[in-house]
Amino acid sequence: MLIRKPPAIPNSEITPEQIYRDRRRFMTAGAAGLATAALSPILQAGLQPDDTVTPESIVTQYNNFYEFGTDKSDPAAYAHEMTTDPWTVTVSGEANKTGEFAFEDIIKGLDVEERIYRFRCVEAWSMVVPWMGIPLKDVLAQFEPTGNAKFVEFETLYRPDEMRGQRGFFSSIDWPYVEGLRLDEAYHPLTLMVTGLYGKELPNQNGAPWRLMVPWKYGFKSIKSIVSIRFTEREPVNTWKQLQASEYGFYANVNPKVSHPRWSQASERRLPNSLFSSNRMPTLMFNGYEEEVGHLYAGMDLRKYY
Amino acid sequence: MALTASQRLVKPAVAMAMLGPWLWLGYLIFLETVQSGTGLGGDPVEGLLHYLGEWSLIVLLCAFSVTPLQRQLGWAILIPSRRMVGLFAFAFVLFHAIVYAVFYVELDGRLLLQEVAERPYITLGMGSLLVLTLLAITSTRGWQRRLGRRWKALHRWVYLAVPLALAHLLWLRKDGYADVALYTLWAGLMAGERVYAWRSRLRKTPT
Repeated sequence: MLIRKPPAIPNSEITPEQIYRDRRRFMTAGAAGLATAALSPILQAGLQPDDTVTPESIVTQYNNFYEFGTDKSDPAAYAHEMTTDPWTVTVSGEANKTGEFAFEDIIKGLDVEERIYRFRCVEAWSMVVPWMGIPLKDVLAQFEPTGNAKFVEFETLYRPDEMRGQRGFFSSIDWPYVEGLRLDEAYHPLTLMVTGLYGKELPNQNGAPWRLMVPWKYGFKSIKSIVSIRFTEREPVNTWKQLQASEYGFYANVNPKVSHPRWSQASERRLPNSLFSSNRMPTLMFNGYEEEVGHLYAGMDLRKYY
Repeated sequence: MALTASQRLVKPAVAMAMLGPWLWLGYLIFLETVQSGTGLGGDPVEGLLHYLGEWSLIVLLCAFSVTPLQRQLGWAILIPSRRMVGLFAFAFVLFHAIVYAVFYVELDGRLLLQEVAERPYITLGMGSLLVLTLLAITSTRGWQRRLGRRWKALHRWVYLAVPLALAHLLWLRKDGYADVALYTLWAGLMAGERVYAWRSRLRKTPT
């Protein structure tokens, strides 16, 4: 089995389960001096007073990962067919250190942190997820991007014999899945390369062995099972934008004021919900991270750059 | 027309078949209430909504297939069940819409109006529901008598309800069109049979 460097002690092991599930108690625990050392300010950035962590069973069984099928239950059912060891990542483009790297070598020596982030899907549902990962900045810096690098483009694994969604005749997606960020977005301290979930290794259906997490953007930006990192001068064309540019843009910042043709973005349904309460709540600008990331988009018309 | 004993069994058998998806739904809701996430998935409201939507379309297509099956295969035995199948389809569509309005939108009137007006697929779905409501209300013998010849013309509006329902599904899908293709093929075959039957009738009646 592949050994991925775990953090010295995952926060999930320090923090009792019920505290993990309830942020208000989480804070009480902090005040009581319990686990305070583990609570860096960034861990809670953006979290709202009423936010509670979504159960692991939902986070790992309700996924959009079209490489395994379009149903939300398909990834949990079929993602085990994907081999994640060995895992090679191709680094290319405007950087000094390019080439093929083993995943373990890239993350070797980098610190894995735990972050509890709000997660908002463009389909107007949301979760709160305890991720574990490495700030993307730390991952990218080792490749020494040159002054020409303005964007970073990622690609998901393309392996139809292990990813049944890529074999589908009735799919209009041009695989592999592509996503990208502006370099300043990629270097933002909130942007995480996720390697774990709930204090455990990242399950295949959530994008093993590593996936992006950009908490202020719609979920489709947070590309899974990454095999290619390319530094570019031009804005990458991300898969959903390529498929339907009138609906999906490059930026995809969570924005309650810019409606999507299919879903109103003014509110969201937070999971877990029950049959009799869809747990609808107002959507926040930049998914609650406005204070942290608003300056990245100062002066931009967010209706135009959606 | 006197029915034989076996012919009399057809309608209850069709009714049992139509009740199947409702019984299964009852079981799923039971599982869901026992342990959240087990019966209707990680997002139970959406799970229920999609379940009812899928069956709405299937049963609507069943109703749409009765007449062609009778004509081509001689399954006249199905005709007495036709109205019942249509009403089952209406029940699914109605519940689908109620679940949307009550559980999904949580009866937020402004949001509901905004969604119906701004999302073309919801507008189309509501259009289909409206047509089917009209057909369900006028499906009784009383209305059949009152409307006379116009009743048949009115009930041809099902030709509008079926494509509206298909367009509703196609439009809301982001990707993965296997089931949409299957349903469209099914509807296309049944519509094609009607065109074929209409043309052969034209040929038989000299003008």
